[in-house]
Amino acid sequence: MSITEATSNSVEDSNTHTKNHLNLVKLYLAIGILVYALMMIAGVALRAAQGASYLDMNPQLFYQIMTLHGAGMVGVTGLAGLAVNWYFLSRHVLLSTKIFLSALLLSLIAVAMIIGSILIGKFAAGWTFLYPLPAKSLGIWSIASAVTFAAGLLVLGVAFLLVYLDMAIAISKKYGNLTRGLGLHMLFGRAPVDTSHPTTVVASSMVIIVNVAGIAVGAVVLIMTIANLISPAIAPDALLMKHLIYFFGHVFINASIYSAITAVYEILPKYTRRPWTVSKPFLAAWFAATFMVMAVYPHHLLMDFAMPPWAAIAGQIISYTSGIPVLVVTAFGGLTLVYRSGIRWDACSSLLVLGLFGWAAGVVPAVIDGMIRVNMVMHNTLWVPGHFHFYLILGMLPMVLGFAAYLTTNGEQGKSNKIPVYIYAAGGITLCMSFLVSGSLSIPRRFAVHQESWQWLGNVGAIAGTTVLVGTLLIALPILFRLPGATLSAAR
Amino acid sequence: MQTTVLSISLLGMLLVTAAFVFAIRNSKQRNDDYGAVSAKAYGIRRWWMITVCAVGIVATVATLTPFPLTASTGDNPRIIKAVSGQWYWQLEDTTATVGEPIQYHVSTVDVNHGFAIYNPNDRIIAQTQAMPGYINKLNVTFTEPGKHLVRCLEYCGLAHHSMIVEIQVSEAN
Ligand code: HEM
Ligand SMILES: [Cu+2]
Ligand SMILES: [Cu+2]
Repeated sequence: MSITEATSNSVEDSNTHTKNHLNLVKLYLAIGILVYALMMIAGVALRAAQGASYLDMNPQLFYQIMTLHGAGMVGVTGLAGLAVNWYFLSRHVLLSTKIFLSALLLSLIAVAMIIGSILIGKFAAGWTFLYPLPAKSLGIWSIASAVTFAAGLLVLGVAFLLVYLDMAIAISKKYGNLTRGLGLHMLFGRAPVDTSHPTTVVASSMVIIVNVAGIAVGAVVLIMTIANLISPAIAPDALLMKHLIYFFGHVFINASIYSAITAVYEILPKYTRRPWTVSKPFLAAWFAATFMVMAVYPHHLLMDFAMPPWAAIAGQIISYTSGIPVLVVTAFGGLTLVYRSGIRWDACSSLLVLGLFGWAAGVVPAVIDGMIRVNMVMHNTLWVPGHFHFYLILGMLPMVLGFAAYLTTNGEQGKSNKIPVYIYAAGGITLCMSFLVSGSLSIPRRFAVHQESWQWLGNVGAIAGTTVLVGTLLIALPILFRLPGATLSAAR
Repeated sequence: MQTTVLSISLLGMLLVTAAFVFAIRNSKQRNDDYGAVSAKAYGIRRWWMITVCAVGIVATVATLTPFPLTASTGDNPRIIKAVSGQWYWQLEDTTATVGEPIQYHVSTVDVNHGFAIYNPNDRIIAQTQAMPGYINKLNVTFTEPGKHLVRCLEYCGLAHHSMIVEIQVSEAN
C-alpha cells in the first residue's frame, strides 16, 4: 500500500484501482444487459401490435412504446459500447473511475427523465424528436413532458462528453494528441508503422473525435428544441434542424458500433493465437471512417428536394464508400485471422464473429438504400429499421455479449455454451428479414396500425423477436450470474 | 423496382455469408505459418478492393444517369398543390390521367409529413417530404390507371398511420 502511494500519490492504490475499473465495467454491463432485455420486450410488443394477432395496442400507446424502444435502445447501445471501449482503453492509458461512475449516475438520471416523460408525460415524438413535432402534438403530450425528454437526452450527452474528455486527455498524455492516437503520423508521416501501437487506441481516438462532434451538435439541436418549446416565437429552420438531428443521431449510433469493435480487435487474437496489429490499410481505414461517419448522414435527406442535387449525389457516393473500410479491412481482417487458426468456438468467439458478420452484411442493404433511385421507393419504409436492426442485433449487440462472455469466463476458452448463440442469430436474421421484406412491399415504418395484407410479416417478426429475446436471455443469464466473480482486470 | 432491390441485397448478403462460412469451415485445422496465410489474404484483398471499387463506380454511374430526382420532368407539367396538416391531405385535384406529366407542390401547415404515392399494386412509385417552410416539387407521370393512395411517410403524431388520400388515375382517351 505504502509503496504504491509513494510512487504515485495521485493515483489510488494500484490494486483497488484495477478492481474499481473492473467493477464499474461489470456494473455497466449488468445494467446494459437488463435494459437490452427490457427494450426487446418492448420491441416484440411493437412488432406483435403490427401483426395484430397476438396483441392489440392502441396507437397512442404504440407510439409511446416506439419512442421508448428507440431512445432506450440507442441510449443503452451508447453506454454498452462506451463500457467495452473504456475497459480496453484503460489497459493502455490511465482513466478516471470517478468520472466513469459519475457518467453512469448521470445516465441513470437521464433515463429516469426520459422514461418519465414517455410513460407519465405521454411524450411520443419518436426518439429522433423531429422538429417541430415535439411542440405540436395536438394535445397528446404536454410541453413540459417534451422539455423533460429533450433535457434527459441532454443530460445523457453530458455524461458521454465527460468520459470522452477524460479519454482524450489520457490518450493525449501518452501519445501526444488524438491524431497521433489515430496513428496519422504513421499513415502520412515518415514514421514506420509501429505495430505495438494498440488498435484500441486508434479506435478510441476515432470514436472520441466523431462522437464529441456528434454530441455537441446534438446538444445544440436539443437546446434549440427546448427554446422553441418554451417560447414558440423561436422557430428555427426545419431543414437545418433536420440536418442537425440526423448528423447527431447517425454519428452517435455509428460511434457505438465503432466502440464495440474494440472487443473483436482485442479478444479474437487471443482465440486465434494470431496478432491483429495496426498496419497502413488499418490506419487508412480508420482515418477514412472518421470522415465518412460524419459525412454520410445526408442519405437521410435524399427526399428533401430543397437540397441541391450535388448534395444528394455526394450523399449517395459517400454512403457507398463508407461501407468499404468495413468490408475490405475490418471484416476481411477478422476472417483472415480465423481462417486455419484452430480457433475454439464457444459463446464468446461465436458472438464476436457473428458481430463482424452482422456489421459486414448489414452494409449491403444500407448502401443500397443510400442510392437516390432506391431511396425514392424505400425511404421511411420498414427497409430502414431492417438495415439498422441488422447492424445492431447481429453486429453491435453480439460484440457486447461476446465481451461479457469473455469477462465472465475470465478469458478461459471453451467454457461457454454456443447453442444460445445459434438461437439468437436465427431469431435475429428472421426478424431483420421480416423488416426488409416488409420494406420491399412498401410497408411504411412507424405505423401503429398495419393493413391486413401486411400483418403476417408483423407476426413473423414478433415470433422472431421473441426468439432473439430468448437467445439473449440464454446467453446473458449465465453471464449475469458469473459476472460478480469475474476477475480479469481492466487496467494493467 | 422493389423486387430488384430486395434480390440484389439478398445476393450481396449471401456473398458476405459465403465468405464467413468459408473461413469458419476452414477454421479448425491450424496453419501455424500465419505469415503465409496473411500474405495470401493480402493478395485476395487487393482484388476484393478493386472489385468493390469497380462495382461502386458502375453502380454510381448507372443509377445517377439520368439524374433520378429530375428525370421525369415533362414539358409544362400540370401543377397540383398538395397541402398536409395533422392529420389530413388537401389535394387541389385528386384525379389524373395516365401519361400526363404532373408536378405536385407538396407543403405542410404544421409538422413534417411524407408524401408517398402508392400504385394500385400497393407499391410506392414516388415520394417526397413535406417540410415546414418549404415547397417540395415532385414530378410524377402515372403509368397505370386505377386507385392510387397517398400515405404519410414521416411520423407526425397520433394519427400518422391514417393520413391517407386517394388519387383516381384514368386511362388516356
Ligand atoms: C427483440 C429484438 C427487437 C425487436 C422485436 C424490435 C422491434 C422493433 C420494432 C417493431 C420497431 C418499430 C418499427 C417501425 O414500425 O418503425 C423498432 C424500432 C427501433 N428499434 Fe428495435 N427491435 C429489437 C431490437 C432492437 C435493438 C437491439 C436495437 C438497438 C440496439 C433496436 C433499435 C431500434 C430503433 C433505434 C428503432 C427506431 C424507433 C423509431 O423509429 O422511432 N431494436 N424495433
Ligand atoms: Cu402526416
Ligand atoms: Cu405522418
